[in-house]
Amino acid sequence: MAAHLSYGRVNLNVLREAVRRELREFLDKCAGSKAIVWDEYLTGPFGLIAQYSLLKEHEVEKMFTLKGSRLPAADVKNVIFFVRPRLELMDIIAENVLSEDRRGPARDFHILFVPRRSLLCEQRLKDLGVLGSFIHREEYSLDLIPFDGDLLSMESECAFKECYLEGDQTSLYHAAKGLMTLQALYGTIPQIFGKGECARQVANMMIRMKREFTGSQNSIFPVFDNLLLLDRNVDLLTPLATQLTYEGLIDEIYGIQNSYVKLPPEKFAPKKQGDGGKDLPTEAKKLQLNSAEELYAEIRDKNFNAVGSVLSKKAKIISAAFEERHNAKTVGEIKQFVSQLPHMQAARGSLANHTSIAELIKDVTTSEDFFDKLTVEQEFMSGIDTDKVNNYIEDCIAQKHSLIKVLRLVCLQSVCNSGLKQKVLDYYKREILQNPTDISYVYSGYAPLSVRLAQLLSRPGWRSIEEVLRILPGPHFEERQPLPTGLQKKRQPGENRVTLVFFLGGVTFAEIAALRFLSQLEDGGTEYVIATTKLMNGTSWIEALMEKPF
Amino acid sequence: MAAAAASPRDPHGRKRKCRPGACSGWVSPRRFPAAVCTSMDCYTANWNPLGDSAFYRKYELYSMDWDLKEELRDCLVAAAPYGGPIALLRNPWRKEKAASVRPVLDIYSASGMPLASLLWKSGPVVSLGWSAEEELLCVQEDGAVLVYGLHGDFRRHFSMGNEVLQNRVLDARIFHTEFGSGVAILTGAHRFTLSANVGDLKLRRMPEVPGLQSAPSCWTVLCQDRVAHILLAVGPDLYLLDHAACSAVTPPGLAPGVSSFLQMAVSFTYRHLALFTDTGYIWMGTASLKEKLCEFNCNIRAAPKQMVWCSRPRSKERAVVVAWERRLMVVGDAPESIQFVLDEDSYLVPELDGVRIFSRSTHEFLHEVPAASEEIFKIASMAPGALLLEAQKEYEKESQKADEYLREIQELGQLTQAVQQCIEAAGHEHQPDMQKSLLRAASFGKCFLDRFPPDSFVRMCQDLRVLNAIRDYHIGIPLTYSQYKQLTIQVLLDRLVLRRLYPLAIQICEYLRLPEVQGVSRILAHWACYKVQQKDVSDEDVARAINQKLGDTPGVSYSDIAARAYGCGRTELAIKLLEYEPRSGEQVPLLLKMKRSKLALSKAIESGDTDLVFTVLLHLKNELNRGDFFMTLRNQPMALSLYRQFCKHQELETLKDLYNQDDNHQELGSFHIRASYAAEERIEGRVAALQTAADAFYKAKNEFAAKATEDQMRLLRLQRRLEDELGGQFLDLSLHDTVTTLILGGHNKRAEQLARDFRIPDKRLWWLKLTALADLEDWEELEKFSKSKKSPIGYLPFVEICIKQHNKYEAKKYASRVSPEQKVKALLLVGDVAQAADVAIEHRNEAELSLVLSHCTGATDGATADKIQRARAQAQKK
Repeated sequence: MAAHLSYGRVNLNVLREAVRRELREFLDKCAGSKAIVWDEYLTGPFGLIAQYSLLKEHEVEKMFTLKGSRLPAADVKNVIFFVRPRLELMDIIAENVLSEDRRGPARDFHILFVPRRSLLCEQRLKDLGVLGSFIHREEYSLDLIPFDGDLLSMESECAFKECYLEGDQTSLYHAAKGLMTLQALYGTIPQIFGKGECARQVANMMIRMKREFTGSQNSIFPVFDNLLLLDRNVDLLTPLATQLTYEGLIDEIYGIQNSYVKLPPEKFAPKKQGDGGKDLPTEAKKLQLNSAEELYAEIRDKNFNAVGSVLSKKAKIISAAFEERHNAKTVGEIKQFVSQLPHMQAARGSLANHTSIAELIKDVTTSEDFFDKLTVEQEFMSGIDTDKVNNYIEDCIAQKHSLIKVLRLVCLQSVCNSGLKQKVLDYYKREILQNPTDISYVYSGYAPLSVRLAQLLSRPGWRSIEEVLRILPGPHFEERQPLPTGLQKKRQPGENRVTLVFFLGGVTFAEIAALRFLSQLEDGGTEYVIATTKLMNGTSWIEALMEKPF
Repeated sequence: MAAAAASPRDPHGRKRKCRPGACSGWVSPRRFPAAVCTSMDCYTANWNPLGDSAFYRKYELYSMDWDLKEELRDCLVAAAPYGGPIALLRNPWRKEKAASVRPVLDIYSASGMPLASLLWKSGPVVSLGWSAEEELLCVQEDGAVLVYGLHGDFRRHFSMGNEVLQNRVLDARIFHTEFGSGVAILTGAHRFTLSANVGDLKLRRMPEVPGLQSAPSCWTVLCQDRVAHILLAVGPDLYLLDHAACSAVTPPGLAPGVSSFLQMAVSFTYRHLALFTDTGYIWMGTASLKEKLCEFNCNIRAAPKQMVWCSRPRSKERAVVVAWERRLMVVGDAPESIQFVLDEDSYLVPELDGVRIFSRSTHEFLHEVPAASEEIFKIASMAPGALLLEAQKEYEKESQKADEYLREIQELGQLTQAVQQCIEAAGHEHQPDMQKSLLRAASFGKCFLDRFPPDSFVRMCQDLRVLNAIRDYHIGIPLTYSQYKQLTIQVLLDRLVLRRLYPLAIQICEYLRLPEVQGVSRILAHWACYKVQQKDVSDEDVARAINQKLGDTPGVSYSDIAARAYGCGRTELAIKLLEYEPRSGEQVPLLLKMKRSKLALSKAIESGDTDLVFTVLLHLKNELNRGDFFMTLRNQPMALSLYRQFCKHQELETLKDLYNQDDNHQELGSFHIRASYAAEERIEGRVAALQTAADAFYKAKNEFAAKATEDQMRLLRLQRRLEDELGGQFLDLSLHDTVTTLILGGHNKRAEQLARDFRIPDKRLWWLKLTALADLEDWEELEKFSKSKKSPIGYLPFVEICIKQHNKYEAKKYASRVSPEQKVKALLLVGDVAQAADVAIEHRNEAELSLVLSHCTGATDGATADKIQRARAQAQKK
């Protein structure tokens, strides 16, 4: 079902099973047929935890999206709202409940807050006079969602903005809670390292929460050796630069949402001779991308330049395998060939998909504009002319390129120049004001600072780079969580440490790729599991930072 | 009081094999008088047979040292089961109000240790009884029930109904069911009212008994199918009252001639019923009155003072104990009874597995000898346990008989059984020496067994250690092993806590290694709750003492203790205690309740739980006036930023006030900018909002923002004028798009003017014009424009845009003007591969050469491709 979660050193399926169990228990509390009313933002993350089949097994018969006025008719006993604890959503729920048709059969209402119950929201419901209408009001602590065998995300897109700009540490609190859940399942993490203000706060909250939980002793042998908490603002540069890994590029160009990507369908049309291009599919092609797919696991973290050769090599191997059928003479040989057929066909399908995706990406990466943009990025990162108004950015504004692209480049330039000169900034601002557009390997030749910090922590340790750490914003710290003697680990020779790296404020696929690369180094000595508040790229990051029009 | 065994079959007369060790020869401590064997008499001396199959024994628990001034008969008496406390109300019937003769309520432990004594100042009491939680229920004549704690502390009161006020309570019973403790009363109107659970008071008025003129001769509460009923006797008739009806019932096999029932008794488990008639006849049967078990005629017609069941769980024997003034009788399914003489006024307390009997001087326990003990100690017993005990004695004497006995057991393959018997029998012994002998025998036997699971032995040793500790005179809880098991260790600990015996409770927890949360922590928390009630100790000292003892003990809820302190009116102490509470979720609500909102706010902030912070903020907002509220926020930056976010979504006006109070002009400016888009429809309103914003920006010394805002105002006004003069849609276009629209509409002059007025940079203006003219396909104007001066964006964009518009002809015009470094690209765009090749060769630029080569297609450009290859080859030679 979710085999890709158990490939790594840490079996993240345990976490998935735990949250699934919690969900089932809640559903069973509301006996009888059910309709779920979804806060739309939650459907994506929930998809990674439970498919519709699970819900159906527990008598969920209907699903709606949360919106104002009256709820759609549904002949069910229970109506359950799955929502984030946000006041504006409470208003909508109240509207739903109040406009319930009294003449119809009475339905029981329940609320499941994700990831936490909120007194504030309950007070709002009370003020609106509907709090008493809910039989069960519970919380579903879905903080960290397993995405892959080594990857966890809270999928909280506003986390960066809230923590670093608005002084709202709600998502840090959730991160700490999520880490407590992880420790409950995988044992206390003996050492915590961190860099940055937010990291400091999360560590403090964890220590505090541990005090709150004393008594419920955790007797699980620790799976993680270290936890490294990193503030995103320690390294703002990395996410701004265009990612050049295969997965990173898919994300940059098409956007990966909850491990799914939607692609233009043309390239995926079944190729039949004499079809004449008729009946092209019009609906976007939706693909799930994770390490369950063997080929994808192999190429996702490669620099895109290296992907082509892997794909053609695979193509040869697969067609050779299919050719084998001509050599199969005896019944036994044919039988063996047939038994391998499903696997071969899956591999062929996978290869076809990724060849198409690679072609799509290639169209973009070989375009002149992509090349120009990359050139500018590399110039900035090499410190060339970062203090002047950049021609390319200027032209982008004049030619009405997307606002986010422009902002991303300006930000990149600013970070590389440690802040723009007032004159340059004002110039950009004026230009954008006068002509806004509608608001509607790895990084080739550059190793992300965030990943370097993780690498240096494992060997030789941060003490060797005290000077550098001091230049970066925020405090750095180290905490030990004492373990009962029985649970202290005696490492076997050659056994790698497992470090959980938590990016507070988001992480890009390219950074993940770089950490995976470190994991695979034979003499690296450390394997990494990555957790974050949000999987992101420069575009989605800036998008989340923008003020929403009201 | 001497135990006079008056059975015709004297156990002493039997053939016996008296094992020396079996007689206990210990010296009794002062508080443990030797009741079992006063001399080196045989162990079974106090065993009394009832019929052929059972023995009953009575032994002393304590000699009472309570210095009673009155006779028990002059008091209202209530003793709680499970070795519970004893309450005596002296002079309950005195009507005089004189203080000297006012009733006195005394509470003692089962060993007679005084726990409380208070003058009774309330109304006349009809009946006393203990609840399952060891609370004393005092039922008054007026139907009020006053509830007291073990230490005489008044807890609460409730009433058994208004109807009682007039009719008075004649009689009352406190009874226990699986739901808790209940009260049943009989009123002066001969009606019954009952509540099955005083913890959740629901009064049930029972139906009337037809024709009942006087009080019933006796009555009791039955509990069947989880419902409480009343059984009452009126003359020769018995009636059963359930909540719906009154029905006459007849006990099967009742002897004839009964004209009245004098006593009735229900067993501890409500399973059996005994009836004592005026003929001196006792009927024993099931409580359902469906079956008779046995009957007995004692030939005493006087009404007994008390009659209670005396049986043991899982035993087949049934017996009742009947007490008169000076006589005690055990009767059962046997032709003869066991009789004892009572030297003193005595009181019977039915227990799960026997009967406690206390008087002014002693406290005894009467019970059926348990099977295991009987097997081991019965005279001439050859049971494996008996042999094992003997073997161990011999072994201690270093006699070879030990081996003989042991062989005997082993040959029969009964050693396991023997060990089990000894362990079990040890549990039923009251005297530690006898317990030890039996356990030693079990331990000895275990040595000869290969795989005897040690748990039962270990657990029994532990249980007995606990039991001996609590049976101690000072503690005074004489639980038997069976009672202890039924009660459970958790309840026992609760009872120790109730008696404020915290150190013993903690020692027991530690000894039994109970999980801290259920054990030590829980007891410490109770201790702390008691501690905060000590008003004579200062807040500091109490808080310190509590923290020293509790520390970070897991599972202790400081907020619970604090809540208790607050309940006692010690707010300061509560706050001090809350300092130690690690869970903010618990800390904050109590602080709010105590109106310490600012402290609550800082605690909420410390926790990092923003929901908690919001909760306190909204609380504060209602509690404080606006100025104070804002001041509080000012000192808490994290709360302030959270509140700002809240206002941004919920209360925009408050947001403005917040910025105003902080003189945050920058944010005020942004606020008005947003308002100009969101709130205002009319141009004038929008411009006015922008003006306010610009003013704010000036105050914030943000010249750029102020100027940009003014530009926007200017643009808005201008767009309005353009719409008026030229028609069409201009409002809300960007400056760039306004200029573009003007060019597209052919208003070049105005476009130029606007670009100048707003200082559009040359480069962008060129891009703008280029794009607009190409859109118009006004090639003539474009060419004119391109020649107006030297292009700041070069000429490649001209080529590109023409190609984009599919006008190769026009594109070619500009290709020649493209700068050398972009020329190849331009030539390729217009399709002049050959010339592109020439330029590239001239530039000797490898990248350009490859680019041209990649554009060479098939036959047409064959020659050009060759040319490039040659040039490359040549370049390499050099």
